[in-house]
Amino acid sequence: MKVKHTGKEPLIRLSKRTDISIFQAIAVRAAAILIALLLCSLIVMAITGGNTGFFQVYADMFKGSFGSSRRIMMFLRDISALLCLGLALAPAFRMKFWNIGAEGQAIIGALAAVTVIKKMPFLPPAAMLAVMLCASVIAGAVWGIIPAIFKAKYNTNETLFTLMMNYVAMQLVRCCVILWERQPGSNDVGILPAGNFPKLFGVDYGINILVVAVLTVVAYIYLKYSKQGYEIAVVGESVNTAKYTGINVKKVIIRTMAISGAICGIAGFLLIAGTHHTINTGIVGGEGFTAIIVAWLAKLNPFYMLLTSFLVVFLNRGTAQIASACGLNSYASNIIIGVVLFFIIGCEFFIQYKLFLRHPRKKEGV
Amino acid sequence: MENKAAIELRGITKRFGSVVANENISLTIRKGEILSVLGENGSGKTTLMNMIAGIYHPDEGQILVNGEEAAIHSPKDAYDYKIGMIHQHFKLVNVLTATENIILGLKEKGRYNVEKSAERIKQISNAYGFEIDPHKKIYEMSVSEKQTVEIIKVIYRGAEILILDEPTAVLTPQETVKLFQILRNMKQDGKAIVIITHKLHEVLSISDKVAVLRKGKYIGTVETQNATEKSLTEMMVGKAVSLNIERPETKNQEVRLSLTNVNMTNKEGVAMLKNVSFTAKSGEILGIAGIAGSGQKELLESIAGLRQIQSGSILYQNPQTGKEENLRDKTPMQIRNLGVRLSFVPEDRLGMGLVGNMGITDNMMLRSYKKGKGAFLQRKQPKSLAEKIIRELEIVTPGSDTPVRRLSGGNVQKVLVGREIEAAPTVLMAAYPVRGLDINSSYTIYNLLNKQKENGTAVIFVGEDLDVLIELCDRILVMCHGQISGIVDGRKTTKEDIGIMMTTVKNETGNEESK
Amino acid sequence: MDAIAYFLQRTIAQALPLLFGSTGEILTEKSGNLNLGIPGIMVAGGVAGMISATVYEKTAANPIGIVSVCISFLFAILCAGLVSLIYCFLTVTLRANQNVTGLAITIFGTGFGNFFGGAIGKLMGINDISILMTVDTYKKTLPFAKNLGWFGTIFLEHGFLFYLSIIIAVLAAYILKHTRTGLNLRAVGENPATADAAGISVTKYKYLATCIGGSIAGLGGLYYVMDYSRGTWDTQSFGERGWLSIALVIFVIWNPDLAILGAALFGGLYIADVYVPGLSGAQKELFKMLPYVVTILVLILTSRTKKKKNQPPESLGIPYFREDR
Repeated sequence: MKVKHTGKEPLIRLSKRTDISIFQAIAVRAAAILIALLLCSLIVMAITGGNTGFFQVYADMFKGSFGSSRRIMMFLRDISALLCLGLALAPAFRMKFWNIGAEGQAIIGALAAVTVIKKMPFLPPAAMLAVMLCASVIAGAVWGIIPAIFKAKYNTNETLFTLMMNYVAMQLVRCCVILWERQPGSNDVGILPAGNFPKLFGVDYGINILVVAVLTVVAYIYLKYSKQGYEIAVVGESVNTAKYTGINVKKVIIRTMAISGAICGIAGFLLIAGTHHTINTGIVGGEGFTAIIVAWLAKLNPFYMLLTSFLVVFLNRGTAQIASACGLNSYASNIIIGVVLFFIIGCEFFIQYKLFLRHPRKKEGV
Repeated sequence: MENKAAIELRGITKRFGSVVANENISLTIRKGEILSVLGENGSGKTTLMNMIAGIYHPDEGQILVNGEEAAIHSPKDAYDYKIGMIHQHFKLVNVLTATENIILGLKEKGRYNVEKSAERIKQISNAYGFEIDPHKKIYEMSVSEKQTVEIIKVIYRGAEILILDEPTAVLTPQETVKLFQILRNMKQDGKAIVIITHKLHEVLSISDKVAVLRKGKYIGTVETQNATEKSLTEMMVGKAVSLNIERPETKNQEVRLSLTNVNMTNKEGVAMLKNVSFTAKSGEILGIAGIAGSGQKELLESIAGLRQIQSGSILYQNPQTGKEENLRDKTPMQIRNLGVRLSFVPEDRLGMGLVGNMGITDNMMLRSYKKGKGAFLQRKQPKSLAEKIIRELEIVTPGSDTPVRRLSGGNVQKVLVGREIEAAPTVLMAAYPVRGLDINSSYTIYNLLNKQKENGTAVIFVGEDLDVLIELCDRILVMCHGQISGIVDGRKTTKEDIGIMMTTVKNETGNEESK
Repeated sequence: MDAIAYFLQRTIAQALPLLFGSTGEILTEKSGNLNLGIPGIMVAGGVAGMISATVYEKTAANPIGIVSVCISFLFAILCAGLVSLIYCFLTVTLRANQNVTGLAITIFGTGFGNFFGGAIGKLMGINDISILMTVDTYKKTLPFAKNLGWFGTIFLEHGFLFYLSIIIAVLAAYILKHTRTGLNLRAVGENPATADAAGISVTKYKYLATCIGGSIAGLGGLYYVMDYSRGTWDTQSFGERGWLSIALVIFVIWNPDLAILGAALFGGLYIADVYVPGLSGAQKELFKMLPYVVTILVLILTSRTKKKKNQPPESLGIPYFREDR
């Protein structure tokens, strides 16, 4: 009898690593970032038509990010915006709840803050900011709770639900922008008359930076040392274990998404009161999506997120600087960020798995 | 004259790590014959057959198909040798129809034509006596219909050798009768059929020959006509082995837990517990014996508040307050808040009892994280508890923060049992606490259970090794098909008695299932 | 009558990018890959088509419309397919998280599209970047369309991409429901372990479905650039068509043939505000919210009724590794 054998030994075999040291893991990631940066330089050289030298690219990027004290402050402001959204996502992701709706939760938070400015112009400055903050937190939380309730109740797919909620929020903003626009058809609300942060110690964006710095520490403590953070971790690891332990899984899902949405709301509030002082649909500028990657690549650790958001903002501001110097548009930075992200996403594989080239099979799994 | 051999196994050995699942097994499967492979849980039946079906590859030995040595590396290779196996867990795509599942992945010649395939399925069904609607979706099917689809799938692909892994475990008696008739039809057609089972009455009613495995070893093959339940049981369980497990005398017995007429059906609407009534007393170990899936898991989870029961009561006598609490319809948290000191070592250690990615300290907190005021965790106590358990139970681990997933099976179990015992329970339930453990770890667990018994805890021990149950437990409750088929004294009973009770239900309706 | 016919014609023009996008995403999701990179892939595909057409029209001695169409068409599906290949390599071979990878693809794709779409003139050193000849060929309608009254206005005054989109959607539906390949693909997306055991190459199906799906979505971008906006690229105006395509996938519960009607509905809603009398500007924006709200309702309803045949593919978003069995 002739039988063809299909079960040939594969060329490359994989096994899960369990014993990689921290140094090895860092080395793999550093190598990935390095290769990506080299590639970036080549890309930049290509699109600027060779006007920029290979190492000149990095110098320009550095200058774009840290070239002046104002640039440094803007750099920190951008980090704080991205980091804030990443912090918001961490609890949800730790629970394995795929909240893709940070963008919308932040926008609705921003909208709530602007609504307060528009509808309660009589408030004194400090009270104004306080009411704005409350409104933003509530709006963001509501936007987070809605998909959570349906997830808890009917197991509705949260990835798609939160994604759609983004655009519901954006349309609401478009609607309000038209209601509030300065001249009909201008689509511009203009700089808002109230609800701005004062300078902190004479520094622009000081409050933004301070708030997010505090939030980072709080988020770290909440996730690592609080009872609720522990519940989130257990639910994320195994719903069965959570039930066995007596954790009310539905309650945890809804509560955690309320927190996640609320922090997004704070991010929206900071964008209004600290950064833009106006509202439009581009106010979050896709950072809500970028934050998902920032949080994931940082393994949901708030302090690692500082590093990943630093990298993204550096690439963003640096490349934008080069592009504008060459008279090109700043979307070039998205190409660069995309390429670097591909490398970092891909390198995780080499941290988790070991590759073996073809060699005799020893054991099969149990 | 003997039928021609379809498959011959010669000296097959298979190891998983240090555990020998099959040791030097030689066996012949013949055409036109039904062979039963009989053995207790964990005796290596399924592993052996998985090697024929291409799921595993033997470490030593040869497999001959039709007299020639065969290399079977994948299920697809097995199909090429006309071998088909029907697993206990069906491999079917829920949203597809029976026909679509059956022809899935086939590279048939000609245009894709579901109707033509359905026609052929009908022919096969008529030939052997299956009842199936080829256009029904899998998710609309009963378990027995799904099994039918799996069997037809195998025949459709031209299998001449069929292996069925415990096919009757999921069937009602009526469905079993039907299935057996179909198997006989296939035998008439010259196919070789193997059924893996541990139900003696089925072996006697369906098979021509019986091959018996015990603890990974091949005991022998006998003609069914020369066998009786008693002779097969002896082959299957072997002579009583003395394990020298200690059994302290019971003392100060008080009723701790009493269940009355508990009935439970699972999500699919299948009755898992039927009129279960028993008591668990302080200062004794109550063993629960039974074939896997007879309702042991459901019983413990109902008591622990993880499953809703449909009728009956679960009463707990609190030794401190003297009050009686009904645990029915309460969540685990509510049960704990009542002051009920109930500990539960579940069967699924890393999927339910512990969090695999957390360290020992964090796993200790699963029970106690709510303790203490404020919003923050108290890690000090759990940490010293973790260290105490590591020290006392001699757990081998790099540290109390190493994820428990990375520990060996024995150490994982020590962490779990250690935590549950540290809660100072008045009732301790343990499901298969020594499964997969080496001898030393197993004895550690026996000793821990005995110590609990001496401290006046009511211990409930679900086990599969009858030798252990007989030596360790004071009373043994035997379950069969979700019912209690008897409660016997551990000091007086024999393995054979329990073995027969495990497969036979004596209930009021009178229709004994063994015939 | 004419107004209605014109409205329906514009509806179809709005619907086409969505139809291409969602047909591509349905094929992708049927293999179990939730590709959130579709918005980026559509933009990248469209702009790649535009660039190739520009280069051809500006450099060839005697540019021919039909050649330009072929070149831009080819580059659009190649570019979209390649970006999808990156997604596949990362998620299937390197086992990265699908959501994270998809979003990175969208960042990259929109960046790529917006950068080159905006900077093409500067990069080529020319001021006039119009590619009207190519556009006119794309927009060429059937010669007798004008003579058929309202029917011609609605259904025939479209370029060939209109017919192609319908053919692809119908073909995709046919393949999924009535061919062996479709059966295998559905099995891969529902239960890859079972498909694997039945001898189907899960990896091959995932790669092919995702790359072909991505290429189809790229045509949505191409239609938008060439036909809808006449060969120009404005970074803002493509808007949320990519995400709307993903919404549409849910709305039509993973049926490409239903997507034809669904796209028409979404397209109609997208511009209906102009035709509903008495709406203020703000109310018009609320009107545009409808596709998303309706999609959410469909999502809730399908999860509530738990009807098996209306669920997302069972393994959607979940990676498959054989060793994990």
